[in-house]
Parts: sequence; C-alpha cells; structure tokens
Amino acid sequence: MTDLAQLVPYDEALSRYEPVIGLETHVELGTATKMFCGCPTTFGLEPNSAVCPVCLGLPGSLPVANRAAIEFTIRIGLALNCSIASWCRFARKNYFYPDMPKDFQISQYDEPLCTDGWLDVDVDGRAFRVGIERVHLEEDTGKSLHMGGATGRIHGADYSLVDYNRAGIPLVEVVTKPVAGTGVLAPEAARAYVTELRDLLRCLGVSDVRMEEGSLRCDVNTSLAPHGAADWGTRTETKNVNSLRSVERAVRFEIARQAAVLDAGQKVVQETRHFHEDSGSTTAGRSKEEAQDYRYFPEPDLVPVAPARDWVEQIRASLPELPAARRARLQADWGLSGAEMTHLSNAGAVDLVSATVEAGASPAEARKWWLGELARRANESGTELSQLAITPAHVARVSAMVRAGTLNDQLARQVLEGVLAGEGDPDTVVEARSLAIVSDEGALAEAVDAAIAANPDVAAKVRDGKTAAAGALVGAVMKATRGRADAERARELILERLS
Amino acid sequence: MAAGGAGMARELTRLTAAEIAAAVAAGDVSAVEVAQAHLDRIVAVDPDVRAFLHVAGIGALAAAEDVDRKRAAGEPLGPLAGVPLALKDVMTTTDMPTTCGSKILDGWRPPYDATVTRRLRDAGVVILGKTNMDEFAMGSSTENSAYGPSHNPWDLTRIPGGSSGGSSAAVAAYEAPLAIGTDTGGSIRQPAAVCGIVGMKPTYGGSSRYGLVAFASSLDTPGPLARTVLDAALLHEVMSGHDPRDSTSVDAPVPPVVAAARHADVSGLRVGVVTEFSGGGYQSGVRARFTEAVELLESLGAKVVEVSCPHFSYALPAYYLIAPSECSSNLARFDAMRFGLRAGDDGTRSADEVMSLTREAGFGAEVKRRIMLGTYALSSGYYDAYYGKAQQVRTLITRDFDAAFEQVDVLVSPTTPTTAFPIGERADDPMAMYLADLFTIPSDLAGNAAISVPCGLAPEDGLPVGLQIMAPALADDRSYRVAAAVEAALQERWGGPLLAQAGELGEQAGGGR
Amino acid sequence: MSITRDEVAHLARLSRLALTDAELDHFAGQLDQIIGAVARVQEVAAEGIPPMTHAVPVVNVLRDDVVAGCLTPEQALSGAPATEQGRFRVPRILAED
Repeated sequence: MTDLAQLVPYDEALSRYEPVIGLETHVELGTATKMFCGCPTTFGLEPNSAVCPVCLGLPGSLPVANRAAIEFTIRIGLALNCSIASWCRFARKNYFYPDMPKDFQISQYDEPLCTDGWLDVDVDGRAFRVGIERVHLEEDTGKSLHMGGATGRIHGADYSLVDYNRAGIPLVEVVTKPVAGTGVLAPEAARAYVTELRDLLRCLGVSDVRMEEGSLRCDVNTSLAPHGAADWGTRTETKNVNSLRSVERAVRFEIARQAAVLDAGQKVVQETRHFHEDSGSTTAGRSKEEAQDYRYFPEPDLVPVAPARDWVEQIRASLPELPAARRARLQADWGLSGAEMTHLSNAGAVDLVSATVEAGASPAEARKWWLGELARRANESGTELSQLAITPAHVARVSAMVRAGTLNDQLARQVLEGVLAGEGDPDTVVEARSLAIVSDEGALAEAVDAAIAANPDVAAKVRDGKTAAAGALVGAVMKATRGRADAERARELILERLS
Repeated sequence: MAAGGAGMARELTRLTAAEIAAAVAAGDVSAVEVAQAHLDRIVAVDPDVRAFLHVAGIGALAAAEDVDRKRAAGEPLGPLAGVPLALKDVMTTTDMPTTCGSKILDGWRPPYDATVTRRLRDAGVVILGKTNMDEFAMGSSTENSAYGPSHNPWDLTRIPGGSSGGSSAAVAAYEAPLAIGTDTGGSIRQPAAVCGIVGMKPTYGGSSRYGLVAFASSLDTPGPLARTVLDAALLHEVMSGHDPRDSTSVDAPVPPVVAAARHADVSGLRVGVVTEFSGGGYQSGVRARFTEAVELLESLGAKVVEVSCPHFSYALPAYYLIAPSECSSNLARFDAMRFGLRAGDDGTRSADEVMSLTREAGFGAEVKRRIMLGTYALSSGYYDAYYGKAQQVRTLITRDFDAAFEQVDVLVSPTTPTTAFPIGERADDPMAMYLADLFTIPSDLAGNAAISVPCGLAPEDGLPVGLQIMAPALADDRSYRVAAAVEAALQERWGGPLLAQAGELGEQAGGGR
Repeated sequence: MSITRDEVAHLARLSRLALTDAELDHFAGQLDQIIGAVARVQEVAAEGIPPMTHAVPVVNVLRDDVVAGCLTPEQALSGAPATEQGRFRVPRILAED
C-alpha cells in the first residue's frame, strides 16, 4: 500500500516532471448476439441462461464470427480516422482464468482490424489530438461473485460463483498512442478523451456505453519523466478504471505517487495497479512469479477477415455526423461562444438542447431551462440530465407557454416540477395545478383594488410619485393570485389607479 | 429373410453397409434385427477386442425402431437407414458419455450433439456406442486410452492402430459395418491399415468439426471407416457437407464419392510414387505388398511415375510442432471449472492449484508431453524457430503436393511403415510411436484427401498392409476411384475380402491375451 | 541438452500440470529427445515462405447477427463439478494482473 502521506502535491509534481499518458478502453458492442455464437447480449438475465456450448467453451464447440461486430469495429475505426486492414486474423491469447471459458481469449494480436488514427479532444478550450494506435476486436469474459471473506472482493474470498452470460460478448479495445504534452492537464485530458470516445461510440450506434454496467472500461497508463529528459519514464498500467471521474483521479494519483518515487531516487516499477474508488488511490497488483507469456498464435478455428474495400467505403458513407462536427455546427447555428458550447457539452446537454430546439424552442430558451432549473434538479438528485423524467418536447412546450404569456418563469418552474414528479405532460400539470396566468382583467382589477385598499401607506407613496414603491403592491397582487397574475399588467393597473 | 437363429445373426454382421441398407429398405430384414445382431456380436467379442467404451443398446434399438416405423409408414429412408455404426468417443453425443479416452472427461454427458452425430441420426444410422481411442486422439495404438487399449482382431496381442483404434477394431471384428474416426496425423488411415479395412481422411473442411473435441484444429478431420470402399463412400456422403457452425467447413458440394466408388476404373490415370518415401525404415512385407499394389495399378491401365516431394521428410517434425502447439491451447479448457474431473478441491486450495492438480490427475503421459511440447513451441523466444518454422514447412509441403498433382492424378504410398505392432512395444517410446504416421502426415498438413485400402498381408507376420492413395483437396472422389479399383482386383485375386483371411475371434478366445 | 529439467518445470507450471518429481525427470529426457528431433524443421530454407495457418484458403466466414437458441441454465450447469445459485462454483481465485 502506498503511504498516502508520501505523495507529492500534484502541482509540485508537475513543476518537476512531465507526464505521458495512454489509455486502453474496452467497449462492449451493442450487437444483438455474442461475438462467436448466437446467444443474446442482453444485460441482467438469469445467470447462465444466455450461454451455449460455444460461449461456455464446451469441448468440441467452434466459434463463428459475428458480421455485425466486424462492421461495428470498422465503423469505430473509420470514425477514429484509422486505416482498415485489408486482411487480418484473430489470435488466441492463452492464459488460465476461471471466468474465461476456453482458458484462452480470442483476440487480435499483431493484425488488428483498425490502426493508426486519431481523436481530437478539447480540454478547457485547448485542443489535443490523441493518436490512436489500434482498434481491435475480442471477446468478453464471464463474471464472478466472490463469496465468503469480509468484503465480497476477490481478496480473502473463500470461493467464487461464475456466470458466463457476459462471456463472449464482443469487446472492442481502443488503444491510444502515448499522449505527451498535456502537462498539468494530463488528468483532464484523459477524462476528456474518454468522454469524447464515449460520445463518439454512442453517436455511431455501436454501443450504449453504460459505464455503470461495465460496458466501457478503461486501463490507464501513466509515466513521468523529468522536464527536458530525452526518454519517457517507466509506465504503470492502472486497470479497470470505470468512471469518467475515476479516469481523472487515477492519473492524478499516479502522477503524485510516481513523483514521490522518483523524488526519493527510486525507480518506478513497470507493473499493473488497481484503482480504488473509495480512496482514489492505486495499489500494486499481485507480484508475478514469472512474466506472463500469452503464447499468441493465429486462431485456427476462424478464417481470416478481409473486409472488401467497397464494404469499407459503404460503411464510411453511412457514418453519421460525428460529435465534434455536430458541436461545431450547432455552436454556429446557436450563436454560442466556444466556452458556452463547452459548458453545454460538459453538462451532457447538447443532444437535449438540440432536440428541444427541434421541438420548437429557441436555442436560448432551451439552454436556459436545461442548464438552469433542470441542471439544478439533476444535481440535487445526483442523476444525469438525460435521465430526468422529462423530454425535450416537454421543455419546448413550457417555453412556448412562457413565450405566449400563459406562464411566467416562476409558474414554468412549477410546471417542470410537476412533470418531473410524474404528474403528466406540461398541459396536464398546468390544468391540474391551475397554474395559468390570470389574464381576466376583471379579476386582476379586483386584486389590484384590494391590494391598494389593504396598503394605504404604500398607495400614498406611489401617489406622491414614488413609483418604485408600486413593487410592494405588485407583490401583494401576486400573493393574492398565488403567482398566477401577469406582474407587468398588474403594475400598469396600479399606476393607472394611483396617478 | 426368415427370422431367428444364431446363424442368421452372424450373417447380418457379415453384411456390408450397402447390403444392410438395401435389405432394410426392401423389408427383408428389420433395422431392429440388424441392431440386435450387432449388439449380440459386441457382447460376444468385445470383452476380448475392447473396441467400445460405451454401448448404447437401448438407444440403438430405439433408433432402429424409428427406422422400421418410418419404413412401415412409407416415409423416405436415407441411403444408410438402419445401418449400425460405431462412433469414436471424440464426437459429442447427448445420450451417451463423451470421454475422448480420458479420465478428465470420465462420465461427461455433453448437452449437445456434434454435427456429424446429428447428421448420422437424421440419416437413420443406428449408433451402437462410442469407441475407444488414444486419449484426445494422441497416439497410434489406443494404448494412450485411460480405459486400456483395444485389441487388433487379427491378433489380440497387437495394437489396432490409433487413435481411432476402437473404431477400426469394431469394424474389423464385425461389431459394426461402419465407424466414424478422426484423422489428425493418420488416425483414420493407420488403424484402418493395420486392421485390414478401409479408412478415409476427407479433405480438411469437407466434414464438420463442430462437436469433435479438438486435438489440433487446423488438422482434425472426421471420416469413415468400413470394410469396403463403397461403404466408406456411402458414409462419407452422409456425414459430410457444409456446416455453418464450423468456420473452416468447405462451402461446396460433397465430391461424388459414391459414384467414384462404383466406378472402379484407373485406366489412363496417372499415379505417382513419392521418391522420398522409398527410403529405408519400413518392414519388408509392407514394401513387398506396396510394390505389388503399384504393379497392379499399372496392370489395370494406370501410368505410374516417380515424383519427388522434397519437403515430405520434414513433415513429421513439422507435425510434432503444429499439432502439440494447437493441442496445448485446445486442452486448456479442461480446467475443472465447468465440466469434467475436479481433483484436490479441499476448500482451501486456489482455483489455480485445483486446475493443476486436476490436469495432473486427469491427463495421461502422452497428453502431458504434447501439452508441454506445444507450450514450449509457442513461447515467446521460441515461436519463430519452432511453430513459425513448422508453418512455413507446411506451406512447402503443400507446394510439393501442388507440383506433384500437376504431374499425376494421385500419389500412392504404404499407409504406415509396419504392420500392427505388439501392445506395449512402443508404449513409452514416443519417438518410435510417432514413426507410425510417417506417410500419413503430409496429407494432414496439406489438408487434402487420402484413403487407406487393404493391399494384402505381410508374409513375415500374416498381418494386413494398407495402400494409401492421396488426392488433391476436394478431389476425394479420386481416392475412392483408385481404392475401388485396387479392392476389386485384389478381391478377385484373393477370392474374397482380405478380412475373410483373419481368424475367427471365437476360435482365438483365450489365445491372444 | 536442448531443454533442461528446470525449463520443463516451467512449462509444467505454464500448462497447469502439477507434475511429480519422477515425472519431471522422465519427461525432461523425453522432451529433450523430441525437441531435438523436431528442431530439424530449422534446417529447411524457408526465407520468404509464408506460414500456413489454415488448410482452407477462404476468408470472411461470418455469421448474421441473429439470436439462436441457448442452453437452459440446467443444461449449462449439468456437467459442472459444483454449482450454487445457478452459477458455477469454483475455488477461490487469485487476483488477475
């Protein structure tokens, strides 16, 4: 265990050392069936109910590759500006592990489907180009429950229970080239890359990328070298960093830890490390008796994959507008500054605002509600904006009612609250809660007269020309109408009567 | 045919598969009678031969009844409906255990049928049971079976060949007219040769591997064993064809093997004798019978030429790198987690320890040797010098074949350098055992077609010798055509099948073992 | 010697075979002999010769993304040495690196 007290403060570490990071991201593809058999990929089924002889690795079974998984991988490769192999093979990666049914993983070794691309990411308004080393296809493992022991974790468990429903689900691994030059922004750059990649994958429709269900998992490589050093430092690989926030924290921690090691005149050990969500720290993996030798060799049960060039071009032509291009277009359409757009993007609100605009709201109205009231609500309940129980159409409808004068902002917030509480669509909520502005002149005039009568001192001041004092009377009218009065009209009526 | 009588039962077990199928189709005999006759034969001789690891009497009779019912109902019957068959215990079966001759799979009942198994069932073939084999098909004698060796019906003190030795012994002992074997380095042809029967290794990918428990994936090929060339062809046709569950399955029509077996004519055919196989190292009687067979082909109108295949002498070392490498990976799954044996799980040991103890307890010596050899050959640092180099040699051997088949239509050789050797002779001498596959391995590496057909007895020991006929990939029919011609000419010379010259098993009882 | 007893012990560990000392001695000699024999492939001039990994010269054998039948959990677990809660029960697992 690293002594936390010995960490070098982050800023101090960066004053002496230059970080280089690298990310290996595993994404479960959203195909209907597994990589090499026809079992469904549905999440959350009864244990061992989505398995067959192939994905259970039973003796005699054979794999047959899923065409859609190959196509999805090519889509990802093209979106990441990669070259697509004209011929490549699957390989076996041999190692024993109980959650791996065949005790080898079918993967790609020296012949990945996609190589040599890039992804641009934006970190606090600075653009970084992250080089993509490779994108390859492999199969996922089963899932173990660790039983007995104190923690339910693998360490100290008495035995484990394995469910192979996940085994064989197609997994794409996106490996970056080493990312240098981010300096102090390394943790943010790592996070921005994973965020951008996630958005890209969603946009491509190749994965639903639910990090909480483990469909996107990251290994984060970090190394440090003194400023001006000719060579990069020794890197560590932090495994299974499974949220955006953790990616950032893991890099930050490793920088601080490695700086302490180097400051003490020691060498960073090239090793696998585990990230701990609770403390935000990493610890060394089990020390290996002997170096892993995976004994890769071409998978004899599968024939080579040679994507026809016209197929690749067809896939390229079918790519949707990618997130970066779309953001640029929307930013221009909506007349936003770069910072405003970044804010919208970081809040995960681009799609929501876009859909709200499409449903009839103005960009300003849409932004106002999603980044204001709704962002506050999401924050309060600890959920993503997109998971709120309200649709862009609802927000557009509320905006329309405000524009038409049927609602004021205060009433609109109450309508949104009602929708979020499941009381129905905005019109239903307005009706049920009687929230529409009182536009009946007679009723308003009655309320105004009542307010004047009840506040003779204030009325006198207004008569004396202190029109600012009218606000108190407007407030009284609003109170009497439970906020449903048109405040502007009420003010006009008050001034008319007291002039 | 009249019912009843031990004489009739004996008659039924002496029939060829073609004859049985015709008799069942014509209603001359019921499939149940045929199945029962063979089950009775198994009861009578298998205590000596030990061809079967599992006999499925009830299942066989039920399958036979099904055929009889279909016939009675006027439903169409397949060409082998009602014909009994012995299935190598390497093919998965839902209604019988599948052990691969290994303790590690003792009693395992797969939840699925191999494609070959399913095709046999669909064709109305009556599966009598599962046959013995060298553990995971690694061996040439069945001595590597965890359940003890099978015995050669010609001489019970000798090996029946391997790894499909249970299948070859069952067919030679009239326990079944047909059997399924698998060939990785010669495991169909060599046992067929030493038991005096016909064995065919189809073109790789011509028959499905789905449900065949893998030894070496890029080599394993299921194929037929039978007492006649025509029977082998009939079974070849029923079991073969494209299987979408096997990525390496050939998506092309099955070559016209049955027609070829009926067209026993080699006039004008160009036959090549491989120069590199004419060196020393094989038994004189084997050489004598092979030379006669070549002369016979010439007398039948074939043109015989000598052809050089310079890399064939490297086939054996290449094979003993490629096959163990693939097996070291294929057999990793026998890890005590999901199926099969689990040893040493005392509640404190780790999964790793239990895996190691289970594999130590469950695998025999030859399997362990090959797993370690393959692990060595695939290790980083050795890969290029061993596995990589062997794959290049494989290319060169395939090119040798390509060049040879530009000059000739088929290549011939003895199937194996010696006749059946005594049980125990090579049991712990792996290098001596490996030599049994010297002539069969090249076709496995190239993935082409090759058959073994009986060509007489070695004078010195009176044991069968096989002639191997190799044909280009997807030209399986050529092997059958030449084999059928050799069979017809020799049977005319002998006055009947070679197997008729074997002693009656009953007469040998107590003698051989 | 082309392979030492220690190397054989290493191969046994990699292969998850808990060999006895007697087996180690026995196999070391045999493997040494076999490796010596198979090393003959290195005599072959093979420069520029492509390796042959598959006997069938086809590419792109792909399956449509259509759900096919699975085993039932009972079938899936039928051969298991131990089960619990519908899962395969396995001995404690040492953490993967």
